[in-house]
Amino acid sequence: MKALFWRDIRLAVRAGGGFGLALAFFLIVVILVPFGVGPERAVLTRIAPGIVWVAALLACLLSLDRIFALDHEDGTLPLLATAPIPLEGVVLAKAAAHWVVTGVPLTLAAPVFGFLLNMEAGAYLWLVISLAIGTPALSMIGAFGAALTIGIKRGGLLLSLLVLPLYVPVLVFGADAVRRGAEGLSVATPLMILAAITMGVLAAMPFAAAAVLRINLR
Amino acid sequence: MSIWEYANPKKFTATVTPIIPWAFAIGLGALAVGLIWGFFFTPDDYRQGSTVKIIYLHVPSAFLAINAWAMMLVASLIWIIRRHHVSALAAKAAAPVGVTMTLIALATGAIWGQPMWGTWWAWDPRLTSFLILFLFYLGYIALWEAIPDPDTAADLTSILCIVGSIFAFLSRYAANYWAQGLHQRASLSLDAEENVADVFWQPLVLCMVAFTILFLALILLRTRTEIAKRRIAALELRARRSEVRI
Repeated sequence: MKALFWRDIRLAVRAGGGFGLALAFFLIVVILVPFGVGPERAVLTRIAPGIVWVAALLACLLSLDRIFALDHEDGTLPLLATAPIPLEGVVLAKAAAHWVVTGVPLTLAAPVFGFLLNMEAGAYLWLVISLAIGTPALSMIGAFGAALTIGIKRGGLLLSLLVLPLYVPVLVFGADAVRRGAEGLSVATPLMILAAITMGVLAAMPFAAAAVLRINLR
Repeated sequence: MSIWEYANPKKFTATVTPIIPWAFAIGLGALAVGLIWGFFFTPDDYRQGSTVKIIYLHVPSAFLAINAWAMMLVASLIWIIRRHHVSALAAKAAAPVGVTMTLIALATGAIWGQPMWGTWWAWDPRLTSFLILFLFYLGYIALWEAIPDPDTAADLTSILCIVGSIFAFLSRYAANYWAQGLHQRASLSLDAEENVADVFWQPLVLCMVAFTILFLALILLRTRTEIAKRRIAALELRARRSEVRI
């Protein structure tokens, strides 16, 4: 599993892997929003937590199909399925690698983008913490969606249609934690629920994703 | 009688074919009685006036929008655990009906909301949950359409339905947490002290029963059609194979 994890990260970081693309996409979305809603600082301050979260979610979505599609095309996936590690472990390792190359950079870069959107000073810390808690769930749910659509040619749009509704709870609680942080309220409740969702997803979703992979590889 | 007998598509078709016209007749009849009763023989609400009468479409469709998904969940579980082929097809057949019911509920809700709340749409927890439910239906139907092999499609959509149900519940509570609502609380609960007044309640229940019977009739009809379509596909495949052999 460790070898698989590092292999996926190396593949993503080296040329053509798409590392950094998610980050660039994140940047573009955040830059486009002021063009859309106007440059008034008060408005941007108000919507900044939600925009940063939605942008992070879309950036995460962008690279999901890479989790399994390339391995499925070149035949690595059936080999992995017959390897002496459980398929659930394969899914978990791949989702973790996806998180390291998209979720972690997004989390680290988010304060800069918050700055662009004139976010409240009190919200930065909570933005980083909520993204750090929430993005693993995004990668894991995404891995499930990617596993569902590996057999489908040009499944990218279908993948977004399947995955985005599943992202709703994470988005609600993640963005709410930041909003409360910006207003100086207690952030404990949304953060705890967010952590509960992430842990639940990490515990249960590998089984669903592995079941889906087995069906697709049949 | 057990549901396992009806895993045999031939037996299923033979049993439901005589039932379908009766179910349609009873459902349509009950719906006609319920709607006429509701529209013409109930008083106007003292605050809402005659707009209250859209309740006879809004509540039954919303009721079925949720229960169609619940039925799909049960059918998916039966398929995934025991490989009951007709069950998988019934889940497939229910999805377009469910999505239509969701749309009817959203549309009648908007028409009702305009005079009552002064807006067609509000980001209210119930409304938002229904919109999310609509998206789940779309994803489910799209996945069925995208996969050519019927057994693979049945397996994958079943798992999507199970995972989606969990997330639909989560989204429902997330939406409750996220916004205050304009929509009233449940007012048809069996265990509540105060409910809708009897004059409105009786035709409403009749309409809900009628919608449910119609829903079942549609599911049976659509499932039978799915079975026939599969049979045709199998026959065509066999015909093509025999041509190749010659």
